[in-house]
Amino acid sequence: MTAAVDIVQVSLTYGKKAVLKEVSFSVNRGEFFIIIGPNGSGKTSLIKSIVGIEHPQNGRIDILGRPLSDYGRKELARKVAMVPQTAPTDFPFTVTETVLMGRAPHLGLLGLESETDMKMVRQVMAFTGVTDLADRKVEHLSGGERQRTFVARAVCQSSELLLLDEPTASLDLAYQARLMDLMESLKNDRGATIVMVSHDVNLAALYADRLLLMKEGRIVRLGRPSEVLTYETLEKVYGCTVLVDQSPLGDFPRITLVPGKFNPSSGSGACPS
Amino acid sequence: MTTRPRHRLLLRLAVVSGLLLLTLVAALVLGLSLGSTHAGMDAIVKTLTGRGQSDPMLQAIVWQIRFPRVLLAALVGAALSTGGLVFQALLRNPLAEPYILGISGGAAIGAIIGIILGLSRFPGVTATAFAGSMGTLVLVMTISSGQRILKKDALLLAGVMVNAFCSAVIMFLVSMTQDARLHNIIFWLMGDMSMTDLKQVGILAALLIPGFILIFCLSHAMNLLLMGREMAMSMGLQLKTIILTLLVATSFMISATVSCCGLIGFVGLVIPHLLRMLLGPDHRVLVPACILGGGAYMVFCDLLARTLPQQGEIPSGVITALIGAPLFIVLLKRANR
Repeated sequence: MTAAVDIVQVSLTYGKKAVLKEVSFSVNRGEFFIIIGPNGSGKTSLIKSIVGIEHPQNGRIDILGRPLSDYGRKELARKVAMVPQTAPTDFPFTVTETVLMGRAPHLGLLGLESETDMKMVRQVMAFTGVTDLADRKVEHLSGGERQRTFVARAVCQSSELLLLDEPTASLDLAYQARLMDLMESLKNDRGATIVMVSHDVNLAALYADRLLLMKEGRIVRLGRPSEVLTYETLEKVYGCTVLVDQSPLGDFPRITLVPGKFNPSSGSGACPS
Repeated sequence: MTTRPRHRLLLRLAVVSGLLLLTLVAALVLGLSLGSTHAGMDAIVKTLTGRGQSDPMLQAIVWQIRFPRVLLAALVGAALSTGGLVFQALLRNPLAEPYILGISGGAAIGAIIGIILGLSRFPGVTATAFAGSMGTLVLVMTISSGQRILKKDALLLAGVMVNAFCSAVIMFLVSMTQDARLHNIIFWLMGDMSMTDLKQVGILAALLIPGFILIFCLSHAMNLLLMGREMAMSMGLQLKTIILTLLVATSFMISATVSCCGLIGFVGLVIPHLLRMLLGPDHRVLVPACILGGGAYMVFCDLLARTLPQQGEIPSGVITALIGAPLFIVLLKRANR
């Protein structure tokens, strides 16, 4: 079985600035894979490279065993769906119409859907908990509702490989948990591969099968949460003092920020809260 | 939830198009019936249906003067409305319109240069107009693209400035021309529909109809574009190709109408806004609705232009601006509430 995503020696530069430097790793099929790292470490660029929006100058990206460059745009969209960091707040369509748009890469020019597509839309909407919002317009939704709508749209587009860029950033605690649970059930029930960028190391520790820690365009660590989220690594990468112990929920690392212990000499200079 | 949306969309499309087609036909009939030569209802009906004895004079007026004119108005209105709709979707800005962004002004400069050079309307003047519109399009995009903050406003401001500059160049060119056709140029500039015949209308139709079809084919892509560049790309859109196709097609259509009847503003703002409020945001419905509704609106405006004054007529562009600008302000107020 080939990997869901296979990245070999990928480098990406904007003008003179190198944002990804010889990055190599693989994401297994059916894995919940979370990318963490300080601001500007190249996480978003990595996601955009996988979905074919950014074009790395060097290296190779294989999606489901085939080179990314072999895919047509529409063909790739049937395999890989993305929820970007910023979803439009002024989107004038209803939730049902929006989720249905996820089917676009599977449909013809005018996007006329069949009964099967509609069935799938209703299923996914129930699964993501937006059925009650069906006829509401996206522009009138709260941040959390809007986020779930665009996630539902992505799930409708492809349940094979789902890329999410900081999907929990604007959500309150309950919605954060709900979204992460949803991703886990997508993985377990539908065999989806989830690649997520997150700033929340604790949330990442609870849900990720494997974590990728990045800094300044390079991979610092890759492994199970307990292997990556160590006191030494975090202090070195983020430059702030943290306390790492075990979560009361089980064998997960728990990270507690220690206030007032910022160490400018070792870190990136930015201390995420 | 048991109704099937696929059929719902096609049904909606059929109902909306049917109703607006009826409106357009009504406007066309009205446009044929009314004018500076007054005739009784009875005579008009006879002339239109071709039944019974009708006055040959009236017949000539209706079929040789009014008929090409109302068709021209319908085509121009359709092109301007669709052009506005496309610009609003592409730039994700409800205030975008070819006239306000200076695209029409650029086309007018090109067209005047073509006229001064003594080129024929098709293909010469249309080609110079197209070059002018593409030039201003590139200019507006370049000026506004550097400004990442306040992008919406930057685009409009750039457009307003380019438009003002275009007006100055147009006046300069007109002032420099010591030509007997000076009056014609100024009248044409404000949207003149009176100088037309069936052949010209036919050529314009041949230029515009492929554009309408192309834009309708890309109407679902325009829906997806509203989600933003990145999401649209991740959903399988060939973003650059689609945006370029739409911009070039629209600018071409605007140039063709400008070389036929000058600058007619606000149609591309008023009609898409009105239809969006009535019919919702789906471009698959809005594109055909703009073609038919915009056509009907322009026929109506042109009818006012030639029947309001006691003698002579007002350029149509004056009527569309007089109706359009205040209506637009009202629409904007309501949209902000």
